[in-house]
Amino acid sequence: MKIKRKIPVSVRVVKDAVATSLTGFTVLVIIAMIVSILGITIAGGWKSLTWEFLTQYPKDGMTRGGIFPAIFGTALMTLIMTIAAVPFGVITAVYLAEYATEKSVFAKTIRFAVKTLAVVPSIIFGLFGLGFFIKFMGTNIDNAFFGGELRWGQPNILWASLTMALLTLPVVIVAVEEAIRTIPRDMREASMALGATKWQTIRNVVLPGSMTGILTGTILAISRGAGEVAPILFTGAAYYVAELPVSLNQQFMSLGYHIYIMSTQSTNVDETLPLQFATTLVLLLLTFSLSLIAVILRYRIRKKAIHSS
Amino acid sequence: MKDSKVNVKDLSFYYGTNRALKDISMVIPEKQVTAFIGPSGCGKSTFLRTLNRMNDLIDNTRIEGEVMIDGVNIYDNNVDVVNLRKKVGMIFQKSNPFAKSIYDNIAYGPRINGMKNNNELDEIVEISLKQAAIWDEVKDRLKMSALSLSGGQQQRVCIARTLAVNPEIILMDEPASALDPISTSKIEELIHELKKVYTIIIVTHNMQQAARTSDYTAFFYLGELVEMDKTKTIFTNPGKKQTEDYISGRFG
Repeated sequence: MKIKRKIPVSVRVVKDAVATSLTGFTVLVIIAMIVSILGITIAGGWKSLTWEFLTQYPKDGMTRGGIFPAIFGTALMTLIMTIAAVPFGVITAVYLAEYATEKSVFAKTIRFAVKTLAVVPSIIFGLFGLGFFIKFMGTNIDNAFFGGELRWGQPNILWASLTMALLTLPVVIVAVEEAIRTIPRDMREASMALGATKWQTIRNVVLPGSMTGILTGTILAISRGAGEVAPILFTGAAYYVAELPVSLNQQFMSLGYHIYIMSTQSTNVDETLPLQFATTLVLLLLTFSLSLIAVILRYRIRKKAIHSS
Repeated sequence: MKDSKVNVKDLSFYYGTNRALKDISMVIPEKQVTAFIGPSGCGKSTFLRTLNRMNDLIDNTRIEGEVMIDGVNIYDNNVDVVNLRKKVGMIFQKSNPFAKSIYDNIAYGPRINGMKNNNELDEIVEISLKQAAIWDEVKDRLKMSALSLSGGQQQRVCIARTLAVNPEIILMDEPASALDPISTSKIEELIHELKKVYTIIIVTHNMQQAARTSDYTAFFYLGELVEMDKTKTIFTNPGKKQTEDYISGRFG
């Protein structure tokens, strides 16, 4: 039997070549972008990235000195955000994955809310934080406990961190729910068949089994939040503060906002340029190292999964 | 027939509106092996899972009728499902040890029951592994992950894990269907040992296995119990033509 060729060989070869070069080209473009972002940042900031830069305060209208308060502020904000978002997200995800039935209207509503939250632009979160946390919560706390004296009704690190927690919450919920769902049904049944209650099964089998997945997901969510600027713009980030925040109702400096300030508000942009690069480099290193931890964890899960099958 | 352990009366089971089990009544004797056979989808696994209320975990299912174990209807409102499942243990088709050490797998049941004393736990782990005929193979590596064992060993660890809870009835859902012949014969020998102490109910696709291991055999077809009798009778002189056709390989 002879198979007829409908398309001549030459046309097929050309099509193949086009497909190969087109896909290859897009990959090259992406790699080129990453390399140039890293290259330019490293080249520009390398020399300024000294121990003093990491450990000292900005000086002379931010044209000299270090970025220690911004590093500290970002770290503290990330920590508070994590404390707020992760337990909340994990509990919600456990509910969605383990307790909610498929047809539950309540669970469907939560899922819809989570999806909607995930696509809200980050600046909207900032405005919400300003309206809800500062104007509503803060002002009411001040009126109720401090006789109207301005203490919590203004931007501070707590409100900024909580706003940021709201931003990362949907990502945490989705990642944790996915991790929990990777635990096979027969593991749950094995536990229940031994007379474990549902909660004992979740605590002793489901959560330990999906722990690496939960950590990976939350770290990625957090690393995304750590670099965000928009949500903290109105809710707590400061242009410059002479002291580190010692109380939750103080403002703070953050790396992302510091870059924005130096590049737009500085009296002498040219002079701050190396510092901007160095600050960007620090922020990138921070988020990359978080992602790296997630990648390593994920690699270890895969290895474990292969061994167990 | 020996003393009855399980007494099922007019049991029907529904997945949504689909009636998967139809008016099943049977008596299962104590400290004997009872095998359920029948073609795929005949309801034998579903029926097995009604005996420890494992089907409760599946949404949108419903049951009618009674399952009496030691004279108590396990579907009564005042029955504690958790205690029921301690009394009626279950071994699954695919071995499913937890991603924990061998020791922690066996100690899982006693621990969730609140046992904290390490000496007692050590003792239970050892006894259970010995009962499941796997102690000699694993005694030097109790701290290793149970997932590092072979399939047959994993299945015997799962049996030991069930024994550690001290059940009276053990349900086995095709416990050897994923195992090689040597592991299978080990499981079968084990079943023979265990029936001295436990009432065993085994679902199997393997007719020879039913013939070799069981004292009584029940044949299911399309959600109905066609007949149940001494295994010897079922395999040599079945009462119904359907049963004869199935065991002689004419369908199924």
